[in-house]
Amino acid sequence: MGTQSDFETGLSVLFTSIFDSDAKLEAHTRLSGGASQETWALSGSGHDAILRRAPGGTSAARSSAAIGLPAEAALIDAASKAGVPVPKVLHVLNDADGLGDGFIMSRVYGETIARPILRNDEFSNARAALSAQCGQALAAIHAIPTTGLPDTLQVSGGLEQIAQYETIYRGFDVPRPVFELALQWLKANAPDPLDPVLVHGDFRLGNLMVDESGLVSVLDWELAHFGDPREDLAWVCVNSWRFGQSHNRVGGFGQLEDMLNAYNAASGRAFTAKDVDWWEMLGTLKWGIMCMIMYEAFRSGADPSVERAAIGRRVSETEIDLINLLEAAHA
Amino acid sequence: MHDQPSVPELLEAVKRFIDETAAPNLKGHAAFHARVASNALATALRDLDARPANETSEAARLRALLNASDTASLEEMNRDLCEQIQSGEITAETSDLLAHLKATTIAQVEVDQPRYSGLKTALKTT
Repeated sequence: MGTQSDFETGLSVLFTSIFDSDAKLEAHTRLSGGASQETWALSGSGHDAILRRAPGGTSAARSSAAIGLPAEAALIDAASKAGVPVPKVLHVLNDADGLGDGFIMSRVYGETIARPILRNDEFSNARAALSAQCGQALAAIHAIPTTGLPDTLQVSGGLEQIAQYETIYRGFDVPRPVFELALQWLKANAPDPLDPVLVHGDFRLGNLMVDESGLVSVLDWELAHFGDPREDLAWVCVNSWRFGQSHNRVGGFGQLEDMLNAYNAASGRAFTAKDVDWWEMLGTLKWGIMCMIMYEAFRSGADPSVERAAIGRRVSETEIDLINLLEAAHA
Repeated sequence: MHDQPSVPELLEAVKRFIDETAAPNLKGHAAFHARVASNALATALRDLDARPANETSEAARLRALLNASDTASLEEMNRDLCEQIQSGEITAETSDLLAHLKATTIAQVEVDQPRYSGLKTALKTT
């Protein structure tokens, strides 16, 4: 995908066309973050923007579940119209731009890293407000009209996800009795599916931009799909996403009642904690199998980093969480 | 074979080097990976220490649960357990299953991630 200077030239031209003819791109900085996508901060002439781009500009989705960057841009746009706090999509890259696959969006400011959000004093008001804000944001996401959304979005409800992750788990041929029990328990206790809605698919700290007053922006839409609204409500409750603050079921910052009250008020639904329990068990199992997938990247030699090796020893975290959930369900 | 330094001594020496010399001189992603590497060595040290006793008690519990022969290996028994859970012969209601899985998983997490919040929750209800 061209040379470095082609990249800079293309970016400069684009920056000027997005803002105004006097706007000059003065700096472009690669931000750390997702390995699956490049994120660049662009600035100049008093304007700021973010470029999300496929690595090296070549489009290769991280996994079969990832929807691709143009679809992500379309979803962020639809979410914005539905009142979900998201950045503004300024431009979707096209062939003429010569920059590969991706899009440019407004830059939003805040914190995405869980630890400071959950521990630092400056976020204490944010923590108090966040559960209700998450409930409102999820209600708005789930109310986005599904017609006109990208046709790359998959339909994936609870039973489809169990089947999908069971296939992956069996493919590893590593016996893990706790996962086996969770799979059977989930199948035996599956709730009736609800009509599919747009599900964010990865709604949790790390993918939420937060400032002193709370939720600023919902980020990382690449795992969005059509599915059960309870999936999103439960994913943020999975113990791994409480980042050590287990007593706060919602993301480590708040109580489930606060999120559900806000969600139900905005959506007209009547979900209770019981609606979240089954999906939290499924989310925990999914995260465990995702950790196995990441370790497999090490074992197979595809990614020899120490990080990918070490994540194999985090699978047991999800096993103890599953045991705790199974015990509670059988108490 | 000689064992001076022993395997744990070698791992401890490398861990100390990472913690005290290498990590303070690294930034960004490399510093993060140094912390991951140090934690991985700590896991390896705990594993070396705890695995023999953990596997002995895991095997004893499995033998009782499955009524398995004295010669059945841990791997064979865990595969057998998985098959019986999958077929529905053993369920969450089966006496001693959850207790066995809990004891096994607590021992595993104490090696893998002893500070994990879910471990504290499990120990509170044991």
